[in-house]
Amino acid sequence: MTVGTVPAPRRRGLLGLGGGGWALVLPLVLFLAVFFLYPLVQMARESAAGGFAAYESILTSPVYRKVFGNTLTIAAATTAICLVLAYPYAYVMNRVSPRMRLALMAFVLLPFWASLLVRSFAWIALLQDSGLVNQALQALGLTDDPVSLIRTTPGVLIGMVHIMLPYMVLPLYTAMARVDDRLLLAASSLGANPRRRFVRVFLPLTLPGLAAGCLLVFTISLGFYITPALLGAPSQAMVGEVIAEQVEQFGLSTASALGIVLLTGTLVILVVIALLAKRLGRSAR
Amino acid sequence: MKKPPVRWVALTAATVLTACFLLLPTLVVVPMSFNGSSTLGVFDGTWTTRWYDELLTSPAWRTAALNSLQVALGSTVLSTVLGTLAAWGLSKLGVYGRAIQGGSIAPVVVPPVILGVGLYSVFLTWQLNGTVLGLILAHTVLALPFVVIAVGASFAQLDPVYERAAASLGAKPFQTLRRVVLPLLLPGVVAGALFAFVTSWDEVVVSIFLTDAQTRTLPVEMWIQVRTQVTPTLAALGTCLLLVSSLALIAMQVLRRSERDA
Repeated sequence: MTVGTVPAPRRRGLLGLGGGGWALVLPLVLFLAVFFLYPLVQMARESAAGGFAAYESILTSPVYRKVFGNTLTIAAATTAICLVLAYPYAYVMNRVSPRMRLALMAFVLLPFWASLLVRSFAWIALLQDSGLVNQALQALGLTDDPVSLIRTTPGVLIGMVHIMLPYMVLPLYTAMARVDDRLLLAASSLGANPRRRFVRVFLPLTLPGLAAGCLLVFTISLGFYITPALLGAPSQAMVGEVIAEQVEQFGLSTASALGIVLLTGTLVILVVIALLAKRLGRSAR
Repeated sequence: MKKPPVRWVALTAATVLTACFLLLPTLVVVPMSFNGSSTLGVFDGTWTTRWYDELLTSPAWRTAALNSLQVALGSTVLSTVLGTLAAWGLSKLGVYGRAIQGGSIAPVVVPPVILGVGLYSVFLTWQLNGTVLGLILAHTVLALPFVVIAVGASFAQLDPVYERAAASLGAKPFQTLRRVVLPLLLPGVVAGALFAFVTSWDEVVVSIFLTDAQTRTLPVEMWIQVRTQVTPTLAALGTCLLLVSSLALIAMQVLRRSERDA
């Protein structure tokens, strides 16, 4: 295989072939085909094993409709809370001294690297009726009786926001770091007050990071299993929990069908939002 | 430029509260693990190392730790080799390379529950459920995207002139790889391997589907114990794990710095 008339291609294959790159990529492609794609295809076949009965029961039963509703609500609430907490945090990170910035970054990264289960049971210990959070609330006189926080929707939200917050802070931080300070100075010198400067200049410039963060948090939240199973109310189960439950009860075809619905939903949301963001970015330019 | 103080007071307060929220549950396991009360998280003012003794003498935890170590090492090696080779190839393939790189990142997008169900059902036929090999293969799928990204970033900085210079001086492809390309890429490869190790070491969801009583990894054992009863032994384990991940994080920062200085 030669590249034709081009005398010295910039990156010719090292193995003496134009296709040397392919030989190096092949093992990865084969591995993912066998252990990633094939299981998903197998799952799709499993889900349609009894015709479309599994899908019919999922789409018509009020139980599953409630589960999908819960999943969307919890994922949306997690995204919103993460955004509210992460935006000022990322903003401050961009405005403090380098040493302080490193500390704030470490606070974000340490939980990111700490075990998911350790954090989940730490929340159980903190939020239980006799836990530190309830003790603090009672000491402050905010409540007389302990507030139930585990096995409730607020409990799941606390746990999920804690896990997803880094995924929101990091893209926002990057987007804000890219904003040219001279644009803000220009806005001020043209007479914009801080609020106007923020709404008309800073916010639009950080919109791509904001969109990326929200997309990441929302789509990852849809598939959560561990946190809602440990901190959430059993009556407010998310799709992930129901899938695992079905596998335990050998309902592999229902589990597979639920999985395919969740996967398709996630991918559709990813594609739609990515396309929207592209269009937005283009019109902003 | 003078800033109105009210806005900064509000911003600082919000940042401090968020930082506390991030750190509190991560760090609180340390005092919990030395707490004398046998109910996790209820402080009675006495201190003990009993929970560490229990952790170290329990056969269940030891088996789980050994399983986790085997699986993490196995999948780190496999994913680092596959991912590094692929990143090298992708750097030569231009547009197609970017498409395949996009595809190799797909395991991150797919919710782990779904991958767990899919692998469980194919591993049933291949008799890989409840085996260390099955876990290694599954964790390799999850770790590959991180290796491809980390090593790919190093390749993006690598000047192709070095490869051509080595070839023109008569180096064979393997020699070029070993003597020229790999040393230049080492920080990226090590970062990728570290990511892969942590990914596997901390993986719960897929492992829950694929393990049996003999092959439970540390997170799966924790999951089972947390579901039945939260004991202070878990806090002792959590403290040990926190120490390990802090070290990994520091190693990562050092690597990044050395790469920047190089």
